[in-house]
Amino acid sequence: MPMVQISNVHKAFADGFEALKGASLDIHEGEILALLGPNGAGKTTLISTICGITQPTSGAITVGGHDVVTEYRGARSLVGLVPQEINLEPFERVINTVRFSRGLFGKPKDDALLERILRQLSLWDKKDNRIMELSGGMKRRVLIAKALAHEPRVLFLDEPTAGVDVELRRDMWDIVAGLKEAGVTIILTTHYIEEAEAIADRIAVINKGEILLVEEKTALMTRLGQKELRIELHDPVTELPAPLADRGLRIEEDGQVLVYTYDTTQDRTGIATLIREVSEAGLVLRDLQTRQNSLEDIFVGLVSKQEDAA
Amino acid sequence: MNWQAIRAIYVFEMSRFFRTLLQSFVSPVISTSLYFVVFGAAIGSRIDQVEGVSYGAFIVPGLIMLSVMTQAISNASFGIYFPKFIGTIYELLSAPINFLEIVLGYVGAAATKALFIGIVILGTSALFVDLTIQHPVAMLLFLVLTCLSFSLFGFIIGIWAGNFEQLQLIPLLVVTPLVFLGGSFYSISMLPPIWQTISFFNPVVYLVSGFRWSFFGLADVPIALSLLAIAGFTMLCLGIIWWIFKTGWRIRQ
Repeated sequence: MPMVQISNVHKAFADGFEALKGASLDIHEGEILALLGPNGAGKTTLISTICGITQPTSGAITVGGHDVVTEYRGARSLVGLVPQEINLEPFERVINTVRFSRGLFGKPKDDALLERILRQLSLWDKKDNRIMELSGGMKRRVLIAKALAHEPRVLFLDEPTAGVDVELRRDMWDIVAGLKEAGVTIILTTHYIEEAEAIADRIAVINKGEILLVEEKTALMTRLGQKELRIELHDPVTELPAPLADRGLRIEEDGQVLVYTYDTTQDRTGIATLIREVSEAGLVLRDLQTRQNSLEDIFVGLVSKQEDAA
Repeated sequence: MNWQAIRAIYVFEMSRFFRTLLQSFVSPVISTSLYFVVFGAAIGSRIDQVEGVSYGAFIVPGLIMLSVMTQAISNASFGIYFPKFIGTIYELLSAPINFLEIVLGYVGAAATKALFIGIVILGTSALFVDLTIQHPVAMLLFLVLTCLSFSLFGFIIGIWAGNFEQLQLIPLLVVTPLVFLGGSFYSISMLPPIWQTISFFNPVVYLVSGFRWSFFGLADVPIALSLLAIAGFTMLCLGIIWWIFKTGWRIRQ
């Protein structure tokens, strides 16, 4: 049983805009799933629909086996949300807003736990400060503290590192790693592909309200990954010798480097033949280098493929 | 029932009240004193008695009602409008709570504040005039019911309002005139017959009349009718709020 099960969810807003068009996704317990997509892809709408901020037009979502519409109490008590926007009461004190969040989710008072959370987020010194006295980064920490205050089993982080300094980003990933260890399921949306690459177990790509792909990060990168072979030459060339002309090589760095792109999933990559042909053409090799495509390349490739299909 | 959540909302809302305690306490005391100076001393000295009650004492129930109604509405409407305005409503919507719990938390806190102010005004009034309360239980019942029903009404206004202007609109344009024309400072029987008839369409008349009856035993309308009016108003507000949360009107898309 997946921790979060999203089945064919549609969401149309009152103005007719269809933000989700049959999104389906299973999220496993204890994993970190990165939800990648360009602006307006439906990331936030999907999260809002799971958390109960909006209602799905059709389709079903369960969290921990509870339907988010009919059994909202069971579903929502498992879920914590760190929203993208900094939504906080400016006049309230940090400790009070965090206490409020815990109570709102029906959890009894536990000041020891709140102290641990605030210390972990370097907020303990600021606990009696008013929100408006805090910097932007500190406010974001408060949002995280609020979400953690009610001990969620599923945590949604909506663009958690947008406009955040390096220190907070590092703290945040420490916390995420700690939560994962405690078995918390984490879903984060991000623009930063390196981030997804660094931290996620699985990656889902969403665009125009549809989930285009969900896969283990490593599998995804090898399956869809293309590699580049860079052949550094001893003497630069201005144009390719005749036998190499139709091999699809690119000349770079003023003729010093030949670049060959190949698919690692194919039986024959053609590397051996290519290298033989290069020697036969009388070119002297100085060095060889291969480079794995980044997730970003895969992502851009997927999104543009969908656009071509449309 | 998520009692923790109701408590959390109630405590959070009350903390705003305590932050501004001085303001919450001083402003009703000053405005009540002013009413007594103007109506009680300046005008009241020319009006001997209304139906056997000194004019100064006669206006006390109306004065309390005026403040309690406006305070209940403004506290409750601001309480729910502010989270909408600054975006913290996301937390209420994503929490495992139902509409009744949200309403109990917000309306309970707003009603408590209004009740507190009502009692402060009653206490201040006792410094100016001799007051006897013939039916203290009924007095308290009317006061609590008014606090509750007008907080419910304020809650609806807070959800409906799209900006701060709209938040002020109904209290200023509807409630204040209705209260002033609702027999707060005079007996309906003092009016010409045609205005008496018109006054009976004003719901506030029933509340003020019932509340005044609990002090002096005299009423413009039968006491049962007063109770019925306030019960009806409470039920109407509850019904509207139930519908709001069922349809997600103005809060959940």
